[in-house]
Amino acid sequence: MSAKLSRRRAITLAGAGVAGVAGVAAGAGALVRGGAEHASADQGAAAGAVPFHGEHQAGITTPAQDRLHFVAFDVVTKDRARLVELLGEWTAAAARMTAGKDAGVIGAVGGVPEAPPDDTGEALGLPPSQLTLTVGFGPTLFRDARGRDRFGLADRRPAALVDLPHFAGDALRPEISGGDLCVQACANDPQVAVHAIRNLARIGMGVVSVRWSQLGFGRTSSTSTGQATPRNLFGFKDGTANLKAEDGGLLREHLWVQPGDGPDWMTGGSYLVTRKIRMLVETWDRSSLVEQEQIVGRAKGSGAPLGRGDEFDEPDFAAKGDDGQPVIAETSHVRLAHPDANDGARLLRRGYNFVDGSDGLGRLDAGLFFIAYQRDPRKQFVPIQTRLARNDAMNEYLRHVSSGIFACPPGVRDGGDHWGRALFG
Amino acid sequence: MRTTRFLVLAAAGALATTGLAACGGQEKDAGTADGGPIAVKASDTACEVGRTELAAGQTVFEVTNSGAKVTEFYVYAAGDRVMGEVENIAPGLKRELRVELPAGTYETACKPGMSGKGIRGALKVSGTAATVAPDAALAEATASYQRYVTSQTAALLTKTEEFVAAVKAGDVAKAKALYPVARTYWERIEPVAESFGDLDPKIDGREEVVEEGMEFTGFHRIEKDLWTTGDISSDGPIADRLLADVKEIVARANAEKLTPLQLANGAKALLDEVASGKITGEEERYSHTDLWDFNANLEGSKAAIAALRPALEQRAPDLVAQLDTEFANVETALGKHRDGDGWKLHTALSKAELKELSDSINALAEPISKVAAVVAR
Repeated sequence: MSAKLSRRRAITLAGAGVAGVAGVAAGAGALVRGGAEHASADQGAAAGAVPFHGEHQAGITTPAQDRLHFVAFDVVTKDRARLVELLGEWTAAAARMTAGKDAGVIGAVGGVPEAPPDDTGEALGLPPSQLTLTVGFGPTLFRDARGRDRFGLADRRPAALVDLPHFAGDALRPEISGGDLCVQACANDPQVAVHAIRNLARIGMGVVSVRWSQLGFGRTSSTSTGQATPRNLFGFKDGTANLKAEDGGLLREHLWVQPGDGPDWMTGGSYLVTRKIRMLVETWDRSSLVEQEQIVGRAKGSGAPLGRGDEFDEPDFAAKGDDGQPVIAETSHVRLAHPDANDGARLLRRGYNFVDGSDGLGRLDAGLFFIAYQRDPRKQFVPIQTRLARNDAMNEYLRHVSSGIFACPPGVRDGGDHWGRALFG
Repeated sequence: MRTTRFLVLAAAGALATTGLAACGGQEKDAGTADGGPIAVKASDTACEVGRTELAAGQTVFEVTNSGAKVTEFYVYAAGDRVMGEVENIAPGLKRELRVELPAGTYETACKPGMSGKGIRGALKVSGTAATVAPDAALAEATASYQRYVTSQTAALLTKTEEFVAAVKAGDVAKAKALYPVARTYWERIEPVAESFGDLDPKIDGREEVVEEGMEFTGFHRIEKDLWTTGDISSDGPIADRLLADVKEIVARANAEKLTPLQLANGAKALLDEVASGKITGEEERYSHTDLWDFNANLEGSKAAIAALRPALEQRAPDLVAQLDTEFANVETALGKHRDGDGWKLHTALSKAELKELSDSINALAEPISKVAAVVAR
């Protein structure tokens, strides 16, 4: 009985979390797993602040928050100094907002009545909600589509910041792809994340212009071993084998740019790939459970690799069934995405579910906003996605509609530092 | 696209005209239980069947097309279950259909222009009718569907040959006219093949499936040239390759045997095709002939369900009734967009009209998704 009730109850609780007290959703995850030990203990931490300054930018290995507002900007100024000045202003605003303060020093209601406030005000009274803001630089910042060196940065473009190739099946829409700059805002309260992006866009008027943005909910992977594995919109646990904050040596090997990898300004940074993946959920929902599980390569309930019992058991790719066929199909997602199939390459994923309403044909405009960080996309995302695009049985239910790649510099060290200082310095 | 899931079966071109005769080619040359073939006079407006009351057993129909349009002749059991059919009867041609008919009530149909419900007539067969055991009903389902696929692949080959010939002759108008017709036979049986994963993208891959180092070939490559620049002068090799690939898929399909479960999943997969790619206009982005494909997918799905019908009636009669209703609803919704013997272009439909089609497909696909579990039990 309790097993039957728990899911609905968990959803109700998660819904309550939307109102602003985050961490309830994390508690809901615990309920789904049948243990209530995390149900209330996380609430304080989930509302708290994540340190802004540090060796690496926050928002990468930070335990994945529940909400996302991601934005990509075009730089519209030709004036390098204005751009650098903006990055400084953004950094100051980001440091304030991630601490739970207003975007500007005056604030939403503290200024003169005749002037617009320097904060938009919708986050007044809300806690920091573990807001993180993470910035990245796109290939077009270094050279535009016509090959022009826009800001004298062309020779500073890292070789690893590649133009992604066309992958089989890509149906990309240019107007929601690419960008000169990006900012990833993650928080446990969507209003806090939206507030942050809205204020950065406002501060940037005339220097940058919003190219596209994406809201996300329901983190689709865990970036910390303390987190339960969430489910994507196909109903499957996602991110079981993800790189996690606790992985120490693996993070150096797979996540952080090391000295000598490329230009010094990227040392301690990471490369970000975003992919908006529409899921054809209606047709997925009428495929049989066995087909779904064969496509994913995991059991829907437990998340265990097919043929194994526990979610975190290693998949046995050599196992054959009674029919002589592999228990985990050759075209299954888990096999093709696994490090074993990719020369050991791994990613740190922190994607989000999205639902952009419906598409006018009665279909949910929904899917996964995939986000992955890595040390070198040429060795990680590109070969992995090439393999998936060719062979993944799941492709029948997916459409890749947006794509982006960005170089995320290392962390802002202190109050005298700012985003892009080493790049432009 | 790589959307196909079960197998096109069977059928070398040589087996073209007949269903049962293909397996029993050594039987007596002609004749029926009452002796002598039944003449069918097919024109663009009439379908005269020589006799409409027969004794159970093997029957031969001799169909003569005196009309100006290419036609088809079908014998349907309840729910439009195909008992036998001849595809692609060109004007002036005479083709034979051999079919084994147990006692019961049937319909004959000529389809001038190969579209619509056709010109229907009643056919009564009397004699001893054995009751079919449940498992035998499933076995008969695959045999029945296999006959359908045999005729479709034969017509696919013929129509692809005609299309390829038009392309190579540089006849843009003729190639454009033949394009959606040839594809009709492909789309009816499209649940062709994950097992033909290498051939499907070559024949039916859309431009975006092409990755670096791969060539864009097949129907959609020629579609693009026909409808964007109209320059097909360099498409000869592409056309030859298309025909070779179609021949290969037909031959390879010949070696495959379907299971009832694959029939059920295939019927669903065809509707998913519509819901994913046709309703959005993705599939035929240059020619906008998506509604031809839509109709062909629907017909193919219906044929698979019809083959399973006797088994389903024994196991889940309510589901059969629901499917009949929903198939009729989709046909009505789609029927509004007929244009002569063909279909309006996708671009001619409003968003509201597309939504109505999408809703009707979903209403049908949901119950169809339950068929596999009924078959499996």
